[in-house]
Amino acid sequence: MTLQAEIISRQTKNELLRVEHLKTYYPLQKGLFSRPTGHIKAVDDVSLTLYKGETLGLVGESGCGKSTMGRSIIRLEQPNSGRILFEGEDITHMTVKKLNVVRTQLQMIFQDPFASLNPRIRICDALAEPLVVHKRVRRSEAAREVEALLQMVGLPRSTGERYPHELSGGQRQRIGIARAIALRPKLIICDEPLSALDVSIQAQMMNLLQDLQEELQFTYLFITHGMGAVKQMSTRIAVMYLGKIVELAPTQQLFRQPKHPYTQLLLRAVPSPDPTLRSANEYIHAGDMPSSGEPPQGCRFHTRCPYAQANCGVVEPALTEGEHAVSCHYPLA
Amino acid sequence: MGKLLEVERLQIAFRTDQGDVISVDEVSFDIKAGETVAIVGESGCGKSVTSLSLIGLLGKRGYVRQGESRFNGFSLTKASSAELRKLRGNEISMIFQDSMTSLNPVIPIGEQLEEPIRLHLHLSRQQAKAVALDMLRKVGIPRPEVISKEYPQTLSGGMRQRVMIAIALVCKPKLLIADEPTTALDVTIQAQIVQLMKQLQASDGTSILLVTHDLGVVAEMADKVVVMYAGQVVETADVFTLFRAPQHPYTQGLMRSIPHLNRDSSKRMDAIAGTVPSLQHMPTGCRYHPRCPHAVGRCREQRPALQNVGNEHLVRCWLPSESVPPTVKDSLAGHISGGAV
Repeated sequence: MTLQAEIISRQTKNELLRVEHLKTYYPLQKGLFSRPTGHIKAVDDVSLTLYKGETLGLVGESGCGKSTMGRSIIRLEQPNSGRILFEGEDITHMTVKKLNVVRTQLQMIFQDPFASLNPRIRICDALAEPLVVHKRVRRSEAAREVEALLQMVGLPRSTGERYPHELSGGQRQRIGIARAIALRPKLIICDEPLSALDVSIQAQMMNLLQDLQEELQFTYLFITHGMGAVKQMSTRIAVMYLGKIVELAPTQQLFRQPKHPYTQLLLRAVPSPDPTLRSANEYIHAGDMPSSGEPPQGCRFHTRCPYAQANCGVVEPALTEGEHAVSCHYPLA
Repeated sequence: MGKLLEVERLQIAFRTDQGDVISVDEVSFDIKAGETVAIVGESGCGKSVTSLSLIGLLGKRGYVRQGESRFNGFSLTKASSAELRKLRGNEISMIFQDSMTSLNPVIPIGEQLEEPIRLHLHLSRQQAKAVALDMLRKVGIPRPEVISKEYPQTLSGGMRQRVMIAIALVCKPKLLIADEPTTALDVTIQAQIVQLMKQLQASDGTSILLVTHDLGVVAEMADKVVVMYAGQVVETADVFTLFRAPQHPYTQGLMRSIPHLNRDSSKRMDAIAGTVPSLQHMPTGCRYHPRCPHAVGRCREQRPALQNVGNEHLVRCWLPSESVPPTVKDSLAGHISGGAV
């Protein structure tokens, strides 16, 4: 796509969120007096855009910074530099008071639905809380709205009377979803919403998220380590490695023709649920992921890359422009 | 080949204040020498409890109420704890899911690896050290002389799991019980660990009992598969038959609910409705009937037994039917890199 076409499509496609050169570092401390000895560069200069109604998948292995990315966008972590624009408004340094208003439009679903629910509060009260706090309904009317929410996420009305520990993992995650959609936000950040669930429940949850998106026009940032789940859910996918986006492309393209060697490695590493394809999966020798405290010089993937050349260890590649973006000196054809 | 492990109509119960709760019922399967058998199922189906019962690790409240498991003809169920202690880590060893809680955080990994060597192989400290370093090299730990002095928390998850495998295999066990060995790992590391386990098995002829919920890992490693649901075995078959023609509606549903990479992602997922029943409220008749799309009156009233549908393919269902799950059909058409997405 030419630059001009890109600009036009950007305008017509309706930008909802733009992240520019975001950096979130965690200080590394050592010894008795917690001397700072460096930084974990969890998110290191990441830019991306979310368009209305789409699902952007953010995929990568543990420690790649995908969750920090999600948490920084909603300002659960304070980024060190860069800008976050939600509907054109800069929320990077917004005061908590103002932020609370923006957060009605910007919600999050967490991985562990048990840890994110207060064990001493009944489900109906937990669901009514955001509605009352943000004055969407009067307390007396909250019950009806809670019932509607429970129905939307496929739970019986009686669930409202229960406490979190009485529910199964799948039911608790449905409550997590109900809470996130209670205020009808525009953007929902789903941080590994399936990881704590059983296989058969994961499929239910993917369907539920997709149905709700269709009905209520949500935009999702879907953070996961599951390649299959990200493919099922996403319009576009960003692959992260050690704090950087290494490839960003429309879903079908990324799976049909991955350009970054890391994306290729990820796709090949997923065991196929078909025993007749067993022999096809033998080869993987790429070692461990380096620490994001001391990421390798040059291209961060070069230490594990089967195609690395001499300059890969020296010069850091930039993410290309265009619909299928990749940051690699020698992208795969 | 003879049978290394035989599990016969095992029933495992846990004592609670409200009386016994039966967690595993009517579980039977066997493992031949050199074979990999996978137990698959969702959380709470009894797959881990079954494997823990084999080596007497059910804890204070759990016990085998009926049935028996035999290892090389020796009854594991009737064995004393001293007898089991001799077997554990020697002839039968185990790898657990969470390497962080299974390794001792205050002992260097080298020493932890030497312990079973000195205990079971009766070698001197010097000799044990040499064997330990050799084993670390074998599981792909770089610079074993240096790394063996490290503590578990300084290693990455993949490295720790390699150490666990080294400890489990150092006495050349006949049977390795691997309980979710790759679940806590990233996919690229998982692929390496699966490969390592296959290599070591090929060189030592170890039998593996693989306990997992991941059908991809099963397809990659297993010779035979045991599918468990709500404490019972619902289907058993060799891995090719099971993936090509699963007959129990639960197995079929489980296979359809994997978001397989070659699946047409524009279609909705085929989910299994409902949730796993709790131990205290097991449904009457077939335990799967409340979630089964094909259930009829008989399924609600009578408990089905495991029946042979040919070629050692056992199914616990009143209406076993052959239907090829679409995920497997798709994958036969082309591999990930081959296209056809």
